[in-house]
This record gives sequence, structure tokens and C-alpha cells, in this order.
Amino acid sequence: MRLLRTLLFRLVSTAVTLVGVAVIVFVVIRIVPGNPIAMMLPPGATPEDIALLTAHYGLDKSIPEQFFIWAGGVLQGDFGTSITARQPVLTLVLGRLPATLELSIMALVIAVILGGAAALTGTRERGTKIEAGIDVTNGMALSIPDFLWGLILILLFGVAWPLFHISGRVTPSLDLPFTTDFYLFESVIRLRFDIWADIVSHMFLPALALAIPLAAIIGQLLKQSLKETMHFDYVTLARTKGYGETRVITREALPNAVLPTLTLVGVQFTFLIGGTVIIERLFSYQGLGNMAIDAVINRDLPLIQGIVILFAVIFTVVNLVVDLTYALLNPRLRHA
Amino acid sequence: MLDGRSQVRRRAGPRLWLSGGWLTALALAAIFASFLSPHDPLAQDLFLGRMPPFWVDSAEPGYFLGTDSLGRDVLSRILYGSRVALTVALIAGTLTCLIGASLGLLAGYLRGWVDVVVSRLIDIWMAFPPVLFSILLIAVLGPGLISIIIAIVVIDWTRFARVVRAEAMAQGAMDYPASAQVAGRTRLSTMLVEILPNVLPTIVALLTLEMGIAVIVEAILSFVNLSISTDDPTWGGMISEGRVSIYQAWWVIVFPLITLFLTVLSFSQLGEGLKDRFDPVLR
Amino acid sequence: MSFLSISNLSVRIAGTTTRLLRDVALSVSPGEVHGLVGESGAGKSMIGKAVLGILPRSVEIISGQIELDGTDLLTLPPAEHRRRIGQSCALIPQDPMTALNPSRRIGPQITDRLVDILGWNRAKARERAVELLHEVHIPDPDRILRSYPHELSGGMRQRILIASAFAAEPKLIIADEPTTALDVTVQKQILKLIKEMQERHNTALLFVTHDLGVVSKICQSLSVLYGGLVVEATDVHGFFRAPSHAYSRALLAATPKYTDPEASLTPVPDAVITEVNAQVDAVDREWRGG
Repeated sequence: MRLLRTLLFRLVSTAVTLVGVAVIVFVVIRIVPGNPIAMMLPPGATPEDIALLTAHYGLDKSIPEQFFIWAGGVLQGDFGTSITARQPVLTLVLGRLPATLELSIMALVIAVILGGAAALTGTRERGTKIEAGIDVTNGMALSIPDFLWGLILILLFGVAWPLFHISGRVTPSLDLPFTTDFYLFESVIRLRFDIWADIVSHMFLPALALAIPLAAIIGQLLKQSLKETMHFDYVTLARTKGYGETRVITREALPNAVLPTLTLVGVQFTFLIGGTVIIERLFSYQGLGNMAIDAVINRDLPLIQGIVILFAVIFTVVNLVVDLTYALLNPRLRHA
Repeated sequence: MLDGRSQVRRRAGPRLWLSGGWLTALALAAIFASFLSPHDPLAQDLFLGRMPPFWVDSAEPGYFLGTDSLGRDVLSRILYGSRVALTVALIAGTLTCLIGASLGLLAGYLRGWVDVVVSRLIDIWMAFPPVLFSILLIAVLGPGLISIIIAIVVIDWTRFARVVRAEAMAQGAMDYPASAQVAGRTRLSTMLVEILPNVLPTIVALLTLEMGIAVIVEAILSFVNLSISTDDPTWGGMISEGRVSIYQAWWVIVFPLITLFLTVLSFSQLGEGLKDRFDPVLR
Repeated sequence: MSFLSISNLSVRIAGTTTRLLRDVALSVSPGEVHGLVGESGAGKSMIGKAVLGILPRSVEIISGQIELDGTDLLTLPPAEHRRRIGQSCALIPQDPMTALNPSRRIGPQITDRLVDILGWNRAKARERAVELLHEVHIPDPDRILRSYPHELSGGMRQRILIASAFAAEPKLIIADEPTTALDVTVQKQILKLIKEMQERHNTALLFVTHDLGVVSKICQSLSVLYGGLVVEATDVHGFFRAPSHAYSRALLAATPKYTDPEASLTPVPDAVITEVNAQVDAVDREWRGG
């Protein structure tokens, strides 16, 4: 019951946040200087043409009026039409979303593996030079943002030692037999591991760049949490049962140490998703972020609006999922 | 626990000196860029395009770190680029800190409706992808140094507000602010005299961290060609140009990248080091 | 032939010359209950931890033998030490509130050693768990085995920890102040239960406590510790009739009587403390000299 009430409260506050985001974006992009309509017409268009097209996109009305027209459309699943691509915003955005989701999730997986390994090794070797080394590495990884890691990885593993692709999502000459835009996922389903390998080779460096700072945070928080948990009596008791250090850490300490780390990692994961904007640009990866930057440069108001709202939805959903996972994993809350 | 702390303390010394040293050198380079630069950072010479750095055999004497595809001297451009980077770091960092920390302090200590408003704003801000938001703001404000500074302040004030709010709240829950008020202090003066000094180490650490972030944001905006006018050399702009010719002339991207890397690392290490030094619990 | 035999055991804070145990010797025979008595900081828990191989990292053993069934544990590689302990020893911990893993169900926490270390199959281990819960007088074992620790009271948890300790029919159980963290009313029941289980399984028991009243009820022999030094080791009857060491006498005088718990308690007199401190110093001088 308490869980249900918390959930309801979260849903309402999420809705308020999303409306806030929508209003702010709407107002900010309406004060963009430069007429987007004039940009899309060929040179020599008459003022009448411009006025006609402006009215067509509803840009002649007042900002509050425009907002309510737009919001009314959104509630019916209509996010408007992109000015540059002349296609529905929803179609464009949903076409790019899978690419960004796959990249973010791959980055999350890498971050959890790297950070988890660092935390477990650091806990096992606590008090030694190995732990000190892990701390220094974590500190470095955390100080440098994903953008710089991306550039460093491009130079190291794209140019100096070209192990991976550094541009695009998939080799353009490949013939893709896919029906969805989840290339990575679908290539596995269709057992096309040749395509899968090509996609991974494209995704790995941008995903790693996004993952490194998050891995450092997971490594630090989880290690701290593990080390605190190791002092509990049940850990000592497990040792007297004959279990070795690794088993004690993974089975007794880890499940209890993961919970406090989880909520913080949730917030950090939304930062990671936000980082895809510039990382996609850096690696010319055809996702939402790259499209967003193009939309800003082209003053494509409806598209910018749609993408920002979608990002906001993703962020709030991630936070909601993290909170629910926390409640489900915590036996105290589950049975309350 | 204690062992870990003493290790941190031991490392704090060289870390502070190294990062402080690099940033001082950079500040001097920015101030004296016009004396130190061997060439005009904007001077193009198409006959001297993509000259490698000095240790490569085909290097052109006088161009230590080589030239870019337009024949401009990489070293001179890095030196001039530090002007933009440090200006943004100092002004944007300080303004962000002042605004964010003030809001956080008020929300965390006064609570009530101030807290409701500030917390709700933070929630909304956290739902924006920051890079996209900054690009959007630059598109609205138009390119230029002032636009970049405004964009950074608008986006990053929450970083201070969140942390300071939580700390102020924790301090406010203790006994000493209440007893100060009983002793006749007003709420405002309690906040400034009793709470602020305890939150200050965190603010200082965040401030140096924010300066590093400001440098990165400026680089990112230059990278997507939305920074200041394309005439002025910026590290991000150099990286953006270097990315294009990465296979033909790696030095065009590598040297500004190293500079940017060391600068960001120094700001964050300085922040960590100062935090250790000022934290009354660790001292 | 004693099952556990400790001789000459010294332990110090790593990297210092401060000894926490000073040439401790004691032995426990099969089926015997041996009390380890002393004030807090006397090193009584340290002995149990040294046997079980769970000393904190900040503490190191510098000399001595801990023979378990004739084998010196301290000469064994750590993994083998652990395995032997897991097979033949068990711990009843002090605080039942922190000694059960909050994220695991009770059942596996009782049976994990049987399955993982002794190689039982799960069904047999589960049967054993049900049987054990009956032995410690827990009704509805099936439900309890599926519960999480936070659903159970402190007394209930301590019963489960006792059941878990006896699960693998260990030859030796170390009980580290097993009643200290409990309500006074529950303390007596738990003490009775430990005694009952120990007699039924004929297990050797090393009972760490600061409470001589408890010792008189449960132990056959005891060692009195002060500053990591065994100042007196004797059988219980002799001890309560006539303790030979001045410190033991003072400790006995400081113990509240069950007949009259409010009677004036005599703290250990300063003179006795001075005397026993001098004894500790003398032992240390000899140790440093040799």
C-alpha cells in the first residue's frame, strides 16, 4: 500500500516536471532569433509566401496560444512536423531513439562491469597497493568528462592503433535486413553475427567514453559500501562457516552493498544519457543527440521541442525505474 | 577508514602543487599570450599547411607544435585559446557558484516555500540533457563569450544548489544554529555566520570543479561551432578542426587535447585537494 | 585428550609491540563447557576470533599454537584453516540483530554450510533445518525458513543462530557473549537453550562472557582474563568456593547475586588493579627480554 502511494506521488511529480520542461523549452525556442521559415524557402520567396508558411506552422499566433495548440496535439500523439525534414516529429524521433537507447545501455553495461570489477577487487585487496591504484585510477576517470574520453579513445584506438570504427553506427555498405531500428538487438535475434560485430565495433568506443566516468562512480561508491558492509557480523559469521574471501564478498556483502549504490547510479545514468548528445556528435553516430544538434543549428523548432521532451521523459522514467527496483530489491520495503 | 584518509592526506600535497602549478602557468600564458606566441594565431599561410611538430624531420623551423591545415601556428593558437578558456572558467564558475550556492543555502536553511520552489526548479533542470540545453541556449543567445557564460550559469547552478541545499539542511538540523538564534541572532545572520562557514569547504571544492566543467562546456560549444566567433582561437575549435584531418595531421588535435586534459584534471584535483585541506573533519 | 588446545598464544596490534593476548594457554575437552571471563577489553573475544581465523586485519598472531583435534591451525594455509573451521567449529555471535544477512532468507543462512562446505544435497539440508528449528523450539519452521531476518524478533533470531551453529554437528562451538544483546527475560531462555543443545549434541563449548553468574550456571571450567593474560584457570566448583587470584576474588565480589541483584556491588579495588597490572608488566618484561 505504501509502495502504491509512493508510486502515485512520483507519477504526479513526474508529470509536473515534464510540463515544466515543456514550457521552458517552448518559451526558450520561441525567442530564437532568425526566422526558420525564411531559411526553408528558396531565395527570392515573396513576403506573402513567408506569411503563408508561417501561418501553416502556427508561428503567427501568440506563444501561449501556440503552446496550447502544441500541447493539445501532444496529448493525441502529434508532436508537429519537422520544418527541415518535413516529416512528423514523432516518426523522426522514434526512428533515432533505438540507436541512442542501444548506445546508452551498452555504456551502462560496460560501466557496471568495469565499476563492479574495480569495487570487488578493491574490497578484496583493501589496504594494499592494489586498492590505492584502483582509487587513483577511479579519481582520474572521474575527473575527465566523457567528451574528452571520447577524443582520447578516438586517438588511441581509432587512429594510433585502429582497432575500432570511430564514425557512424554501421558500415554504410552493409545490407541491413532489419525491420526495427534496434540494430544491435535485431542482429542477435536474426543470428547475423557479422553485422552484430560491425555494429559493436562502431559502438564500442562511444559507449566506453560514456561509461568511464560512470564506471568510476560505481567503483567508488560500491567499494565504499562494500567495505562498510564487510564489518557486519553476518560477514564474519560466514567466514567461520568456511567460506573464502571472494565468496563472502559476493554473496554476503554485495547484495546489501548494492542497494545504497543503486539510487545514486540511477541519477548518474541520466547524466550518461545526457552525454550521448555530444558523444554521438563526436563519433558521427546517428542517434537522437546528433539529430538534436542538427535541429538546433537548422532552427527546426518542432523537432527540438520533441527531442528535448523525449530526453526529459527518458530521464524521469529512468529515475522511476531505479526507485521501483530499489523497492523491489529491498526486502524491508517489499514486505512492508 | 583511517588508513584511507591518511593516504589521501599524504597525496594531497603534490596533487595541490602540480595542479596549481599548471593552472598558474596557464594563467601566465593567457596574460602574456601576445609576448609568448611565436606567430600571429590567425595568420594563415597555405604554403605552410599541416607542418608537423619540431621533432619530425619535415618540420618547419619556428613552428614548434606544427601548423593546421590553413598554416596557422598550433602553439600560438593554444596560447591564445587559454585566454578564452580561463576567462570562461573564472567568470562563469564564479557566477554559477554565487547564484547556485545562494539558492541552495536559502532553500536548505529557510525551508518552507523557498525550498519547494528551488527543489522543483532543480527537478525540472535535472530532466534536461545539459549539453543539448547549452547548445539550445547558444542558438537563442547567439554566439559570443557572454552567451557562453550565461549558458553555463543557467545550466549549472543546480550543481551548487543541490549539494549546498543538502549540506545546509544537515547543518540546520544540528543544535548550534538553534542555540545561536536563542542567543539573539536573526535567521539571516545565523545562516551567514553559523551555517555558511561550515558549508564553505564544499562550495570551494565545487567551485574549482565547476571551473573545469566551464572549460569543457566552452570546448564542447566550440566543437559544435557555436562558441565565440570562428576568428578567435579556442581549444574546442582547434579540436573540431583537428578531428577532420585526424589521419593526416594528428598534432592539430593532440596538442589542444592534451592542454584541455591537463587543465580539466588540474581544476578537479585542485578542488579535491582544497576540500581535504579545508575540511575541518579531516584536518 | 582435549579437542581444542591453545598454548603460548600471543597476539599484537600489527606493527606495534602492544600485545592484546599474552601467552594464553587453555584447553577444552569434548563435551566440556569452558568459560572465558573478563572485563571488556580483557581479550576474551580475541581468543575465539584467533581460533576461528577471523581476527581483524589490524591484529596479528606473533606466537603460539592453536591445536584443533591434534592439528596446529596456525601452521595450515589460510584456505585449509578455513575449511577445518567450517567443518568442525561454529560461532554463536553476540548480536543477533546484525548476525543474520538482511537480504537473504533464513533457510539458506542455516543450511548454506551443509550444502557448500559439507556437500549435502538441498533437500536433506532443508530437512535438517526443520529438525534444528524444532530443537530450538521454533514453531512453524516452514514459514520461518522462508522469512527474512527483519520479520523476526531478537530472541527468535538468536534461536536461529544457535540452530545454525549446531547444524553441521560441530565438535566445538564458540559462543561470544551470546546473551549480552538480549532482553533480560530472553537471556535466561537462550542460556537454557544453549545448555540444552550442548548437552544433547555433546559439543565442546567455549563460552565468552563477562558475567560470572552465567558461568556458574553453564560451565565446568573457566579461565579468568585480565589484560590479555590468563590470571586463573580452574574448575568451576573450586573457583566459586575459593578463587585463588586476588583479581578473581574481586571480580566475584563485583558480580550481582541472583538472590539479591540490587545488593551493593563492590567495584574491583584499586589495589587489586595495581597488583594485576604489575603482573602483566612482569610478563611483558620477560617477553621482551626473551
